[in-house]
Amino acid sequence: MTTQKRNEGVAWRKSIHGRRAIGYILTFALLVPLGIAFVLPFIVMVSTALKPLNQVFAFPPRLIPETVQWENFADGWYGYGYVNFTTCTWNSLKITINNIIGNVVSCTLAAYAFARLKARGKNVLFAIVLATMLLPNEALVVPQYVLFNRFGWLDTHLPLMVPPWFGWPFFIFLLRQFFLTIPEELVDAAKIDGAGHVRILLQIFIPLSKPALATLAIFAFIGNWNNFFGPLLYLRTPDVQTLPVCLVQYQGAYGNTEWHLMMAVATIAVIPVLLIFIFGQRYFVEGIATSGVKG
Amino acid sequence: MIRRKSRPISASAKHEERIFYLFILPWLIGLVVFSAGPVFGMLGLSFTDWRISLDDLQFIGLDNYAKLFDDPIFWTSVGNTLYIVVGRVVFGVSFALLLAVLLNQKVPGIAFFRAVYYLPTVTAGVAVALVWIWIFNPRLGILNYSLKQIGIQGPPWIFSKTWVKPSLILMSMFSVGPIMIILLAGLQGVPKELYESAEIDGAGNWAKFFNVTLPMLSPVLFFVIIISVVSSFQNFTEIRVMTEGGPGESSNVLIWYLWENAFIFLQLGIAAAVAWIMFVVLMVLTGAQFWVGRRWVYYEADTG
Repeated sequence: MTTQKRNEGVAWRKSIHGRRAIGYILTFALLVPLGIAFVLPFIVMVSTALKPLNQVFAFPPRLIPETVQWENFADGWYGYGYVNFTTCTWNSLKITINNIIGNVVSCTLAAYAFARLKARGKNVLFAIVLATMLLPNEALVVPQYVLFNRFGWLDTHLPLMVPPWFGWPFFIFLLRQFFLTIPEELVDAAKIDGAGHVRILLQIFIPLSKPALATLAIFAFIGNWNNFFGPLLYLRTPDVQTLPVCLVQYQGAYGNTEWHLMMAVATIAVIPVLLIFIFGQRYFVEGIATSGVKG
Repeated sequence: MIRRKSRPISASAKHEERIFYLFILPWLIGLVVFSAGPVFGMLGLSFTDWRISLDDLQFIGLDNYAKLFDDPIFWTSVGNTLYIVVGRVVFGVSFALLLAVLLNQKVPGIAFFRAVYYLPTVTAGVAVALVWIWIFNPRLGILNYSLKQIGIQGPPWIFSKTWVKPSLILMSMFSVGPIMIILLAGLQGVPKELYESAEIDGAGNWAKFFNVTLPMLSPVLFFVIIISVVSSFQNFTEIRVMTEGGPGESSNVLIWYLWENAFIFLQLGIAAAVAWIMFVVLMVLTGAQFWVGRRWVYYEADTG
């Protein structure tokens, strides 16, 4: 290396340093306001949930309530006759947990097969997984409705709780990508020991795929907890409703006036998702990144 | 593929194949019963005068499609859907790209911001749609109040025919989380050497962005555009909770049109025709993704 080149290097590094400081400031000047904007809806929700009704309609609007009315949460929860939030929450929880387990089981099996087993017709079948991966369920609701009607499943949880046991293309794809990264040698060693595919799956793949399975479970939790279209379509009687539908009935029941109570129940409905997201954030983000880069 | 004369396969290969089909069986059954079956059933039903009962259906050929194409509301809903699709692609994707570029900066606390930016996406649902009605309140909402502080008289947002669609697009920009993360992963996948050689050539930040980042990002960008188009068809929750297709028909989008025809007007034959059209559009989009994806794979070695 000549001295001249080294000097150039130093000058270069210096200017980078100066630029970096400006870059920092510019970056934060954008990062922070955007961050505030992103949490603003939550702040509005929680602050409205804590206000007495007369302050809800006060002008100018205040983000920090003058007086905090904690009773709103209880009043909202129990406050309206035929919307029973306890039942709705219980139903949502039951359906969500069942669907997570169903998805994990059915998708793990299919993903293992697509990642590690040889069979004729595999490529065609995997192409179908990819082709249906982006298809939203919304395009299929009409015939599915007819189908479930035929089965006599309307107004029960079955249309929501049975299909998750039959795989979900996006999850199969996600897990397959992960399974492909597990070293072949581990599998070979297990085979020499005489392990069958079920044992390989249970003793090697599942323990090594905890992050991927966590991603899947989080996705499934959020998707099912927030699901509105399905329950609205298939459920009629109050006893079987889920939380999102309950919230909408609440909205209709009050003709949009009791905003403080509505926001209180909305806040309660969002809390589980928030907690899951905060604790599972790392997995979640990695899962999405995988889907995009290799999709 | 050229079909070779089938060679006798070994017992262990046969066993493996059996296990393969056993393992994918749940998915395969689901595909037939819950997806493929319904799709083809839907095609058949779209040629009938199906209203409520499935008994004595009359075959009416393309009448449902003819009726559909004659219905001005159908065209309104197509127009509204396109409006929202274009808005979400143009504003949503550029906004997500801006966020991804920001999150790709090496500054402390970036994981925190990433979580915060993603947050509204996971909570998107009825609860947050209810909050947005309140945010969009022309008189008392936080949005117009904030605009007033900087001297702007805010529009009536979702309560006006002209502003309802921009409002929905604005709201959707808060849940660009997935495409933001995919773009971020794409940005991080751009080889560092390319930036270094661009720097040696004296390229500034903008030149680097337009000449290195964007071209390298194009496959990911395309994927993200497809996702945002597809998700524009899935905005049922917002429409049902916030506007019910109104005011007038100004936020009547295809999914709402489908819902109204199927479950409110009980014109199930027509709804099946709409659903079939939607299905074809979505499949074409997915197909385009793979076609374009295949043309672009040169940029990354096959990593499985």
